[in-house]
Amino acid sequence: MSAENTTAMSRTEIFANIRRGLNRSENDSQRQQTVENRLAARADNLIPQRAQLPFAEQVDLFKAMATEAVAELIELNSIDQVPQACADWLSRHSLKQLISASNKELTALDWSPLEQQQIIRTERVAQAGDIASLTLSFAGIAETGTLMLHSSEQSPTTLNFLPDNHLVVLHRSSIVGAYEEAWKKLRETFGNAMPRTVNMITGPSRSADIEQKLQMGAHGPKKLIILLIND
Amino acid sequence: MQINTPFFKQRAHDALADVNLQKALGNLKAGFPEKRAIAVSRMPEFEQLRDQGRDLKNHILEHLDLYLEQFENKVIENGGHVHWARTADDANRIILDICKQVDAKTVTKGKSMVTEEIGLNDFLEANGVQPVETDLGEYILQLRHDHPSHIIAPAIHLNLEDVSEAFHANHHRPKSSDPAVLMQEAREVLREKFVAADVGITGANFCVAETGSTIIVTNEGNGDLTQTLPKTHVVVTSIEKVVPTLEDMTLFLRLLARSATGQEFSVYNTLSTGPRRKGDQDGPENFHVVLVDNGRSEMVGSEFQDMLRCIRCSACMNHCPVYGAVGGHSYGWVYPGPMGSVLTPQMIGIEKGGMLPNASTFCGKCESVCPVKIPLPKLMRHWREDEFEKHLQPKAARYGLAGWAFLAKRPALYKPYTRMASWVMKTWAGKNGRISKLPLAGGWTDWRDMPAPQGKTFMQAWKEQQKAGEQP
Amino acid sequence: MPNLSSGPRVGLFVTCLADMFRPSVAFATVKLLEQAGCRAEVPERQTCCGQPAFNSGDRKTTADIARQTIDAFDGYEYVVGPSGSCIGMLHYYPEVFDPSDSYYQRALDLKSRSFEITSFLFDVIGMDSLQEQLQQLQFNHKVTYHDSCSGLRQLGIKQQPRQLLQQVQGVELAEMEEAETCCGFGGTFCVKYPEISNRMVSNKTEFISNTGAHTVLGGDLGCLLNMAGKLKREGKQVEARHIVEVLAGMTDTPAIGEADYGLAQQL
Repeated sequence: MSAENTTAMSRTEIFANIRRGLNRSENDSQRQQTVENRLAARADNLIPQRAQLPFAEQVDLFKAMATEAVAELIELNSIDQVPQACADWLSRHSLKQLISASNKELTALDWSPLEQQQIIRTERVAQAGDIASLTLSFAGIAETGTLMLHSSEQSPTTLNFLPDNHLVVLHRSSIVGAYEEAWKKLRETFGNAMPRTVNMITGPSRSADIEQKLQMGAHGPKKLIILLIND
Repeated sequence: MQINTPFFKQRAHDALADVNLQKALGNLKAGFPEKRAIAVSRMPEFEQLRDQGRDLKNHILEHLDLYLEQFENKVIENGGHVHWARTADDANRIILDICKQVDAKTVTKGKSMVTEEIGLNDFLEANGVQPVETDLGEYILQLRHDHPSHIIAPAIHLNLEDVSEAFHANHHRPKSSDPAVLMQEAREVLREKFVAADVGITGANFCVAETGSTIIVTNEGNGDLTQTLPKTHVVVTSIEKVVPTLEDMTLFLRLLARSATGQEFSVYNTLSTGPRRKGDQDGPENFHVVLVDNGRSEMVGSEFQDMLRCIRCSACMNHCPVYGAVGGHSYGWVYPGPMGSVLTPQMIGIEKGGMLPNASTFCGKCESVCPVKIPLPKLMRHWREDEFEKHLQPKAARYGLAGWAFLAKRPALYKPYTRMASWVMKTWAGKNGRISKLPLAGGWTDWRDMPAPQGKTFMQAWKEQQKAGEQP
Repeated sequence: MPNLSSGPRVGLFVTCLADMFRPSVAFATVKLLEQAGCRAEVPERQTCCGQPAFNSGDRKTTADIARQTIDAFDGYEYVVGPSGSCIGMLHYYPEVFDPSDSYYQRALDLKSRSFEITSFLFDVIGMDSLQEQLQQLQFNHKVTYHDSCSGLRQLGIKQQPRQLLQQVQGVELAEMEEAETCCGFGGTFCVKYPEISNRMVSNKTEFISNTGAHTVLGGDLGCLLNMAGKLKREGKQVEARHIVEVLAGMTDTPAIGEADYGLAQQL
């Protein structure tokens, strides 16, 4: 039997089983209405108090939670300071490479501070062996210190995972309290078409698979550096 | 995967005597329950979240067909493919077919219990496709030709030395006993595999009907490399994982990490929606979702429907004193602990899986920590009812129960019988106050003394006292 | 002396293990009920709560026994017993009947009237009426308390026994590690899976003896027989008693599994 036949027959049986179990027919307009309403409403479930603080406190919470998740936090007054901050961080760790996303906001910056340290900046997808990457964050979520990033022509997803060190620019104004606010922001930006990949990232990669003892830096970046722009 | 569940008792016996296993299991408590307790204490709304999680899952199950249709439509709308697999065999053949279409030699795999359930690795290997597990724990197990003993900490039954030996034997590098060095080694070896793979297979923690997205929740980042680098991404998941909206998924995300590892949030929560978009420089060109049934649709509307609420957090096994004593391999199949004791008989049949729902004291700890409040002891009891009706329990247990029931339903006979039993035991114990060996009760006295009865039964003594009180 | 004629009429659910192994626990329960101003009676038609059948999947026998128990305790204002597990079983009775069955409503009614003894004393009677009597008692020992599973997780019994105990003069409560973890008794579990049960009770006795307590107290004889039996086998010098023995001031009997020296002298 071909795979298409398998899947078609399986589908029929699965739906028949479910409807038999629920004692429902295929055309049950009331249930359909219930489902349509729920999908359209996109209603919030309970949002914890901690995600509903005044903005200034949300920012503090974001910083505290991200730091707790072992992200490094570097605060800057303007996005213009990003090249210098990258140069400083990379040279402090004796690294000579930065693979960057190509968002206009990043490409428009004056990157000469890198050149002064002989750090080579490239805009491309990540490759195995890459040392450090730079991307922009779509949102910061205070309740757990989580960054939200998404794939785009300018920001390939591999930049978030392959390099050993991941530097992420986050505008203070992009910080929200709850995950739900980030979803709303995402829908406002993209309508109903989700980007291929949406990443929520909370600290650097880790594993406790050997004797339940936490080790940092499993397969993803060993270090996550948040460049928080206090604009 | 081979079914060893009927040998639970022997496997448990071996596990209790296995010094290395017991040492490894000793890491469980500090690893999970203590961290969960802290995470829960930091989230004052946790109980309300559990109630909402239970109610939302119940709503989903009552409309499961409709949400699945919506999810299917959305995946297709986004340029992906949806495949339905009634059985494990169906799922394996569908996945192999996808691999053959792109002429795949190797596939990388993110952690997925559903692929364990269907025995995907053995099937692919037998058909000329090499699967490579990339989750650190799963990778260690693959090198050792071993299987997970826990649904989120697959190698919890191993010690550092085991890992050290497995890596030394396979990586041809100097032997190390430093976990950090071992992890770096795995990172380097697997990096090549990630890049070389033709297909990446992941599971999904949830499937979002609103958007047609699947999400994986991980800490290592291996799942993300698995689903981003190869040309084809196959999501293998099961039908009960569908949720209506992103907001609804969020409710479960707030429950999942806290219940599982005790983290506030897992490091990587990644949504995949269709193949790469026009202009994207990376991401898969093909996106497939394989929705596995394998007995689940029969649970809808049955007395086991509540089990379909499970979000695979592992809190039940992390807190289970039986799991803690014997480890996951004793259970003899894919899913261990309380959730496995309910699910396994459904998937392999109660005739083979009956040992598991019986291996519980019904202490209720599992239900008390379940993020979606599955009444696990009650569901295990339902399996015992099924066994009872089919006369599957051992003869001695059935006759014993029948004899006891005969007496318990007849108070006039029950009283003299209990008087006699108390007297016999009291006499047997003599003046010791306890019995160190009692015929027919070896299960008890092999391991502990049997405290002796005080003498008369209460009913007897009470009657005598009342009579004495009535006399002038 | 409280006025017995006006207090609530309470049916004592003796429980099999108190009946057969430790009548003093049932007598202590009666004493506590009477001190609390209740009229305690012992219905003749009671046997077991039916838990062995319920947990073995025998629904029919469970329902038969449930009907028998419901009939036996008809008309009592309260039903009280010295076991969270057995009273917990009474709370399961509504699940045993179809809502159309005439016993379904009666099962719900029985559930609403049934209490484990420490919960009855603390939650129904109230500390105000008990404090004076409890404070006259002396038990000059370090004790530790094992939370039995059904009482703890099904009936929500946690603080009640501790609050009552703390009224007794001389009691020093030392909490053990994992007081809320199952001791491995589990009814027929301990004989069906003796080796696993043994591991669980061995963990428990280790935690008990780590506290340095003189006595381990609990509210369920099943667990207490299991823990006492293991403590004795291991030669650990910790006594085991049901909490009602302390609360009723009836600790002159030998502890569970202890030699009956009085009897030994008689022989």
